[in-house]
Amino acid sequence: MLGVALLVFREVMEAALIVSIVCAATRGVARRGWFVTTGIGLGIAGALLVAMGASLIARLASGSGQEIFNACVLLSAVLMIGWHVVWMSKHGRELAQHMGAVGSAVRTGASSLTLLLAVVAIAVLREGSEIVLFLYGMAIGGIGAAGLAGGIALGVGSGALLGFALYFGLLRIPMKYFFSVTNWMLVLLASGLASTAARFLVQGDLLPAWGTQIWDTSWLLSNGSLAGQTLGILIGYDASPAGIQLVFYVTTLLLLVVGMQRLSRILPSLSPRTRSLRTDPVSESLR
Amino acid sequence: MKHRLLVALPMLLALAGTALANDLPEYTLVVKNHVYQPSELKVPAGTKFRLIVRNEDATPEEFESTDFNREKIVLPNSSITVYVGPLHTGSYGFFGDFHQATAQGRLIVE
Repeated sequence: MLGVALLVFREVMEAALIVSIVCAATRGVARRGWFVTTGIGLGIAGALLVAMGASLIARLASGSGQEIFNACVLLSAVLMIGWHVVWMSKHGRELAQHMGAVGSAVRTGASSLTLLLAVVAIAVLREGSEIVLFLYGMAIGGIGAAGLAGGIALGVGSGALLGFALYFGLLRIPMKYFFSVTNWMLVLLASGLASTAARFLVQGDLLPAWGTQIWDTSWLLSNGSLAGQTLGILIGYDASPAGIQLVFYVTTLLLLVVGMQRLSRILPSLSPRTRSLRTDPVSESLR
Repeated sequence: MKHRLLVALPMLLALAGTALANDLPEYTLVVKNHVYQPSELKVPAGTKFRLIVRNEDATPEEFESTDFNREKIVLPNSSITVYVGPLHTGSYGFFGDFHQATAQGRLIVE
């Protein structure tokens, strides 16, 4: 049971961290709960489909199907997070000023929220499909139903707990800095996912590595340790990255930072509309 | 012009990388009863190679190494290929993510 719990925990944790950051980043947006729940539901359904289609994926592209699939899934998450981050640089401060005003959030959000729903679904799908294959093997291997159920409950529970801890930790950040912090976290998350995508393409010999071990800090913090794995998700930490991973990481980082700054310069965040909304008697009375 | 070069260069390098792949040395690991055979694999340092992992069990396995950064699902009674290295000399652990209690091995790079 403990073995099951441990593996399930590791996979759930990775997805939970991503979901927590997305939840924090969409704080105050109307119907967010519905979007996130739908994202998780779609992710679980997708995980079952991917696990069932595992042999099909494995055979694709003369054996490199898994690498291509993973890289595509990761890079589409990068694109969606990137779009949201750039969009947020336009609307973020507006949102921050209207936290608590029920009406304000309804106007904003919906388009970008759909993208983040997809990011949640992708995170759950990736980790979930591994859990499904693992549990399938365990079930064949003759582990009892009690051990299986107990392991799943313990693993999902503790993984989700870690996600909640991150989420409520983030909520303590003062509102003034809140969306800047969550935006930066999304930027680092996206850069890390891009780097992981590059790693898969190198593994399948679909991209040159440009140096396999640029540095090695595994003596300090190994990829396999819990802290290393957590930082791997949050900021894309890798103890010994390939050169091309750095290229993907830095390119994503630069593109998003430049995108954010360009947009916030073109569209000043304190528009007249925003200012007039703040004293709107209707939204005041809804507080 | 500069942009074109930026796009073309990586593509050319990628092509060069895959063209060379056929001449790479090849090593094979077998998973049976959730144990790697051999459990210690010697490979030359500074050389890229192709690693084939064959799963002879009836359950799926995930070949994984956090030391040399590889992970790939190996379905029952089938095999996968991953490209590894070039690596510095040293000892690198790998494991079967789905049966970590028994499926442990090391890559000895010398």
